[in-house]
Amino acid sequence: MTQWKRICTLDEIPRLGARVVERETSPNIALFRTAEDQVFALLDQCPHKQGPLSQGLVTNTHVTCPLHGWKIGLVDGQAQEPDVGCTATIPVHLEDGWISLESGPDSH
Amino acid sequence: MTDHPTLDGLQPSPTVEHPRPKLVMVGNGMAGVRALEELLKLAPDKYDITVFGSEPHPNYNRILLSPVLAGEMTLKEIILNDVNWYEDHGIKLNTSSRVTRIDRVSRQVFSADGRVEKYDRLLLATGSTPFILPIPGHDLPGVLSYRDIADTDAMIEATSRYHHAVVIGGGLLGLEAANGLRQRGMTVTVVHVMPWLMERQLDRPAAELLKKSLEDRGLQFKLGCETSELTRGEDGRVCALRFKDGTTLATELVVMSVGIRPNTALAESAGLFCHRGIVVNDTLQTFDPRIYAVGECVSHRGIAYGLVAPLFEQAKVVANHLAEYGIARYKGSVTSTKLKVTGIDLFSAGQFMGTDDSEDIVLSDPAAGIYKKLVLEGDQLVGAVLYGDTADSAWYMQLLKDARKITELRPHLLFGQHHLGDSGHKGETQAASLPDHAEICGCNGVCKGTIVKTIKEKGLFTLEEVRQHTKASSSCGSCTGLVEQLLASTVGGAYQPTEGLRKALCGCTDHTHEEVRKAIREEHLLTIPQVMAFLVWKTPNGCATCRPALNYYLISSWPHEAKDDPQSRFINERVHANIQKDGTFSVVPRLWGGLTTPTELRAIANAAEKYAVPTLKITGGQRIDLLGVKKKDLPHMWADLAESGLVSGHAYGKSLRTVKTCVGSEHCRFGTQRSMALGVRLEKMLFGMWSPHKVKLAVSGCPRNCAESGIKDVGIIGVDSGHEIYVAGNGGIKTVVAQFLCKIASDDEVLEVVGAFLQLYREQARYLDRTVHWVERVGLDFVKQQVVEDLEQRRTLYERLLFALQNASDPWTEIAASPSHLKEFEVMSF
Repeated sequence: MTQWKRICTLDEIPRLGARVVERETSPNIALFRTAEDQVFALLDQCPHKQGPLSQGLVTNTHVTCPLHGWKIGLVDGQAQEPDVGCTATIPVHLEDGWISLESGPDSH
Repeated sequence: MTDHPTLDGLQPSPTVEHPRPKLVMVGNGMAGVRALEELLKLAPDKYDITVFGSEPHPNYNRILLSPVLAGEMTLKEIILNDVNWYEDHGIKLNTSSRVTRIDRVSRQVFSADGRVEKYDRLLLATGSTPFILPIPGHDLPGVLSYRDIADTDAMIEATSRYHHAVVIGGGLLGLEAANGLRQRGMTVTVVHVMPWLMERQLDRPAAELLKKSLEDRGLQFKLGCETSELTRGEDGRVCALRFKDGTTLATELVVMSVGIRPNTALAESAGLFCHRGIVVNDTLQTFDPRIYAVGECVSHRGIAYGLVAPLFEQAKVVANHLAEYGIARYKGSVTSTKLKVTGIDLFSAGQFMGTDDSEDIVLSDPAAGIYKKLVLEGDQLVGAVLYGDTADSAWYMQLLKDARKITELRPHLLFGQHHLGDSGHKGETQAASLPDHAEICGCNGVCKGTIVKTIKEKGLFTLEEVRQHTKASSSCGSCTGLVEQLLASTVGGAYQPTEGLRKALCGCTDHTHEEVRKAIREEHLLTIPQVMAFLVWKTPNGCATCRPALNYYLISSWPHEAKDDPQSRFINERVHANIQKDGTFSVVPRLWGGLTTPTELRAIANAAEKYAVPTLKITGGQRIDLLGVKKKDLPHMWADLAESGLVSGHAYGKSLRTVKTCVGSEHCRFGTQRSMALGVRLEKMLFGMWSPHKVKLAVSGCPRNCAESGIKDVGIIGVDSGHEIYVAGNGGIKTVVAQFLCKIASDDEVLEVVGAFLQLYREQARYLDRTVHWVERVGLDFVKQQVVEDLEQRRTLYERLLFALQNASDPWTEIAASPSHLKEFEVMSF
């Protein structure tokens, strides 16, 4: 069964903003909050040159990488044309104002 | 046809949707289908759409018929919208179906193949038809026109069986046809009634160069020859042309390309007012309010356009009204022809032949194949012809369109704007001469072949589209001129430089920068959501282009009132540090005028050690850069630096950057003015100033100019009797020497003039315009008038700047002291 680990409350991420979740051994995760309070999680790495997506500008359900302006979909992690690439999406869960990520030794 | 029950006289049924109004489009060409695309973007479900096209094909790129004829492309490659596109958007497409009658009373259209369709709105996009000379023999087999796929197919077919062709008409299309036939191995003679080629676009000297170049490629010409008859051969086909002077010319194929006429037959038969086109108003509405018209069939303010760019502008406007937004108006276009005929760069615009009151500036170098003529009337550019070197066409086009006073530019007008950047493409200025593998965009590594291929495959027409699809010219922009040349040479006569068009702020809106600013000012809008709601933004929360621009327009229009939106700022401005390639940041404390103290240096050294800063670097702006700082350390480092009085250097923002100074008369034996003192005063006055783009100043104490004042947004050079102020210089992508603004005696007055200049820039420039771009557009004369001559205006501008900068606080100290701001810098753990 999936184990969820609470990370923070929704209020701790600004609307149209992001926060970084640091992990000990694996790359960081970027948590995004949209204008409609949807929450998405991506690996905090642009498929282009590993730019930190958490630092990008969030619009609707996309984030624009701060390094070279690649536009990445929050839903599927896909780069928008003409760029080609994909960053991993991470299962994320929002309940009672709490944001949780899947936990467990093997997750991501 | 689907029969939706109407609500009139029927019991309303909850299960039946209210029927959608029916939109019928007659004509399936580029302008009409573009109008549908624009409409679907605005109101995807508004209409039941039916399209009638007389050709058997879906919408294709008519402009690329010439490459098809020349064997460089296939028909399949030039399809813009295949049948699936119509299906996917629920559009009923009737191909090979010519509409022959409109009944405006019952609101129905009837086609030759027996179809009947009712409409609520009708869009006529019937295009144009080739003009056929009414001479004997014009209808013989072997006589073709050049307009559509069928004509092209017929020509290609003819090339396999015949050897000799004549093209009647030495205009753009005629020459393209001739070139295509020649490439397929025929002997081709172009017969033209006028004394030189392309007389509607070129003057005689340019046309002579063109003719020579085409002759080198194997074409033959008979100029000043009027055809009186086409002769029938024994096999029933055309066999010769007979001219007015009695001479004849044998041939096996005749292509007539002597112009096009708006196709108004259908509209006229329906009683719509036509005069050299279907007459429409600025909303593209005909004299019947239910009927709109768009494209080459239209006469707008007396002009029928044949280039694709104006037609696409029309398409946008008509879509806006069909979607019932009702806010767009088409006000006509200034057209230009920038084209390439078989490897030759040509550009012409405006009154290139000159008038009784005009003067010409001419450069003619026949051996090098270069000819340039600029036509001036008074202090304005009214026309231009460029042959062989078209690098500056976009600039001339802009000067023409803006009707800008060119007095100050006149001495070097002919030599161009040096449109291209100085670096990144080995100094190349002629895209045509480059091989396919030549790198055009040095930032994104895009080569010529890729750009040309993408333009063809994706059917691109504008610079913006090329940027989207290839990334070329989308970063620093220094290769924009080269990319425009490639566009021009690939889409030929259809291309119009973007600068000639009304430019929307971004894809999220049709409004220009100026319109957005006006709305913010006049409606007293204070937040981004307010602006987006008032101007009916097309996207829910904008994009990375418009949000920072809107944020700037708001805070600069309503200082102390509009609230800054951190989420609409690029990361650097949000966290007041420069992001680096590895995600760390760089910290640059302000060293006023490039001066520092042992205390400050110690504080910087201590911070560098405490936070393990890997690299320390002296910047070009006379400061010290601490590179490689972790985001979470930023507020702590700032707090430490603040203890010694160090504040943010704004090295990361569209804001005041540095005021570079030389040592000046304080120490220098040559110095005439106290440049360090003045530099520090200026920097203190401008601290915390946000602007459309970064702003750099320099103050030199004598004309030796050690602070490099000549390449700054504002450069001051001290002379014995006072200060010379130079503006709008640039040291970046394109080195531009600053222009002399005025000479001032006192330091106080320098502050006022510089303040007024920068405030005018802050209020008028488009977001991301450097001062050089803005002054290029409005002209130095205007700037002088506002900040030098009109003393009252200078004073109010200066006061507005001082008001905006009142109580400017140091963002570093502010963040370091505020727990709510600190969240941004904290990292959460898993």
